[in-house]
Amino acid sequence: MHWLRKNLLGIIAILVLVYLFIPIAVIMVLSFNKPQGKFNLSWNQFSTDAWTNLCGVPGVCSSFVKSIEIGIIATLIATALGTMVAFALVRYRFKGRSTTNLLIFMPMATPEVVMGASLLALFLNLRFPLGEVTVLIAHIMFIISFVVVTVKARLQGMDPRIEEAARDLYADPRAVFRYVTFPLVLPGILGAALLGFSLSFDDFIISYFNAGTLVTFPIYIWGAAQRGIPVQVNALATIVFLVALSIVLIGQFVSYRRRKSLESVPIIDDEALTSVDALSRS
Amino acid sequence: MAASPGNLDVQDLHLQGLTKRFGDFVAVDNLDLTIPAGSFFALLGASGCGKTTTLRMVAGLEDPTEGTISLGDADITKLRAFERPVNTVFQSYALFPHLDIFENVAFGLRRRGIKDVQKQVEDMLELVELSTMARRKPSQLSGGQQQRVAVARALINHPGVLLLDEPLGALDLKLRRQMQIELKRIQDEVGTTFVHVTHDQEEAMTMADTVAVMNAGRIEQMGHPADIYELPRTVFVANFLGQSNLIAGKRTGVSGDDVVVEARGLTFLVPSDRCSCTTEDMIVGVRPEKLTILDKADEGQVPEGHNRVPGRVTDVSYTGVSTQYLVDTPWGQELGVFEQNVVVGDRCDVGDEVVLHWAPAHTFGLDGSAGATAGSELED
Amino acid sequence: MVAVVPTSAQASPAQVAQRSSKTGYALLAPGMLWLIVFFAVPFITLFLTSLQAPSPTQAGKYVPAFELANYGQALADYWPQFIRSFIYAGIATALALLIAYPLAYFIAFKAGRWRSLMLVLVVAPSFASFLLRTYAWKTILADESFITRTLNTLHLLPEGRILNTWIAVIAGLTYNFLPFMILPLYAALEKIDPRLVEAAGDLYASPTTAFRKVTWPLSLPGVVAGTLLTFIPAAGDYINAQLLGSTTNRMIGNAIQVNFIEFRDYPTASALSVMLMAVILIMVFTYIRRAGTEDLL
Repeated sequence: MHWLRKNLLGIIAILVLVYLFIPIAVIMVLSFNKPQGKFNLSWNQFSTDAWTNLCGVPGVCSSFVKSIEIGIIATLIATALGTMVAFALVRYRFKGRSTTNLLIFMPMATPEVVMGASLLALFLNLRFPLGEVTVLIAHIMFIISFVVVTVKARLQGMDPRIEEAARDLYADPRAVFRYVTFPLVLPGILGAALLGFSLSFDDFIISYFNAGTLVTFPIYIWGAAQRGIPVQVNALATIVFLVALSIVLIGQFVSYRRRKSLESVPIIDDEALTSVDALSRS
Repeated sequence: MAASPGNLDVQDLHLQGLTKRFGDFVAVDNLDLTIPAGSFFALLGASGCGKTTTLRMVAGLEDPTEGTISLGDADITKLRAFERPVNTVFQSYALFPHLDIFENVAFGLRRRGIKDVQKQVEDMLELVELSTMARRKPSQLSGGQQQRVAVARALINHPGVLLLDEPLGALDLKLRRQMQIELKRIQDEVGTTFVHVTHDQEEAMTMADTVAVMNAGRIEQMGHPADIYELPRTVFVANFLGQSNLIAGKRTGVSGDDVVVEARGLTFLVPSDRCSCTTEDMIVGVRPEKLTILDKADEGQVPEGHNRVPGRVTDVSYTGVSTQYLVDTPWGQELGVFEQNVVVGDRCDVGDEVVLHWAPAHTFGLDGSAGATAGSELED
Repeated sequence: MVAVVPTSAQASPAQVAQRSSKTGYALLAPGMLWLIVFFAVPFITLFLTSLQAPSPTQAGKYVPAFELANYGQALADYWPQFIRSFIYAGIATALALLIAYPLAYFIAFKAGRWRSLMLVLVVAPSFASFLLRTYAWKTILADESFITRTLNTLHLLPEGRILNTWIAVIAGLTYNFLPFMILPLYAALEKIDPRLVEAAGDLYASPTTAFRKVTWPLSLPGVVAGTLLTFIPAAGDYINAQLLGSTTNRMIGNAIQVNFIEFRDYPTASALSVMLMAVILIMVFTYIRRAGTEDLL
């Protein structure tokens, strides 16, 4: 009884973590299933068919590749634009700062369905054809805010004296940026890019509104849900999950190694937290 | 590149009419100062007195509102930070966290387009005794080691002036002592002018050959540490640099080489050349260790011509090397006395009636118009 | 002569680094233009669309108008979905807070060196597709599943099943947006100095009182951020209602989606979106103002 009281909080914490992973386990287990009928909802028979023939169902791989393509393009553009905005916010004085902040904050506080609907309203009124371009426009739009927030946090966390030291040591403004500022902000930019990619890759609602006939991976899943999701989708989702988890764990490990000599054990810093926070919005 | 820092002979640093205003606030007020080539110069003051702003203006990190900065005959006021032959050891070091020690030290050389840096960097790391750490990252070094990297990173450029902004502030007491000696050794070896900003009066006195005490954007007094300590010229300096017993009085006349001051019904003698006062209102000052404490019964032992104050002991603290007394005067002011523990035997106790006395030669006279408390509440 | 520098007047290096120049605007322009053209302007078109009237000549087309009645009609048709959305989202948010707080508290104060790993584990489920995770709950909550059978044995299910009922929809919403609750809570709790709780204990507060008077109030910024970050997407979500609920559990998101994409009734769909956004904006700003926090920004 005493033991239980002492460890109650820990037990609850672990149970919550387990709860978070139940659906993941279901997805993974069902990727080895040979379903009875169309719907891959309950266990029937072990099979590696989906894993040995990942693209065996038409449309699965093409939509998967399309989502990766859109993710990369949207991330590259949004990261560039968002990083520039973050630099402007932290390093430059300008008029309309509060309006700017509001405009960056709002996309994160707007339900996706409203963003998707309003963009669609714009494209319809402009008679702009829906497709890959409109989806890209939408993805870049909602990624920018997350990039700004992440990179801004990194920039603000930087000791301004480090750049002053560079100036003092004969680095002209370009050299300060190239040899000091940029390398120091780069981890934040990379984090923001990873986050942006995962947001784009997993986005359904906004894409669905603006896709026209374009089929991304989530749109494919949505369509398949009505008539039965192929097992291959589970296998691909498992791969994505494991790859993303590895990237994050490796990142954590690297930053742990870097700071190992210091007394404090690394905790996810604020900037990582911001991205992590935003990531869960996908 | 506008400047060629490597080839500069060490030259005097001149500040003329240097002023910095932030809005209505005057951080540095019309500062005129010459820092002799090769000296170890300390700018001492409480936080916010303008010392760091002065340093940043010399470094080029802050634009002066008015005035000029020159090195020898060359006016460097308009040069930007990266064009000046001046380098800084920053507060909390500001080492580049993404570069290893070698690259941190080589940074300035590389920016100036010097290709072959190996030898110079190695020599520099040798000087600061960090040769084995070349490939470590700053975060893997202790505070003292980081401090030495910061010094090496600046010195390798052979700056005309090396600026040190509270360089020892982040270190613990023991390490600070060690680094004080270390920095003096390095300065002796390289001969560069060091300008050191600190709020720690002990640090300034130990390290510098010239100390300038700054207050509210101005320099109150400047000179060799011992000279300033022995003969403070303002109430602020008397209180900020060490402790002082200050008694307000009026000048009543002259007796030989001494000025006669009446205060609280007592008469004090102050040597005229130790008197920095223009008005009749005067403050008589003496350092606590210059006082001798005697039992009231032994008053006859006070040498002829000494200044004396009667009182009652209110506190005794034995600190090993010395004993510190607080003595209440008849007019309610408390005076401090440091007595070296050279005599074994009786010390005064709380409540004892005593007489304090000191030689006029240890007395200093200050202008009394500003009151006797300036600087005392600022002491660190 | 001023004797002591007010800290605000002191030259903070961060401020020195701020430059005022065309470069600032140049850096700002592309990103902000993107947000203006593809985020702010669409709101205006959305609003204008919500006022459009059916074209008198072409069936299925709409022309610019000032048809405020669209709003009344939309509300008359879809008020149950509206109310349902806010009730479902409200319950899911409350449940998420209840589930997230112990975990966030544990990570912040007790996890020690496992802290970063646990945070990664909190985020990790998001790496698997949102749709598939939601779909997986179909398996977990199916009629023949362990959970449903157990609860049925205990006679705890009013409809005898979970899937295709409001319970499944709320369960899905709670699960899907839980990380939004955990992370801000953790961020707020992590900032609390554990010695404050010890000090409260030292000052005769029982653990419960210490929590009520010290920990909870100090974690409020996290509670505010977490509830907003959970409630907003939950209220606008339609995936959970579609995949896990029945037609009687549809939410406002479903209505917007169906009207926009399937019925092509753009004015109604737009009016619904505008109303959803308006309600959410009002809630967010009164909530933030009352809680006095701008940590979200």
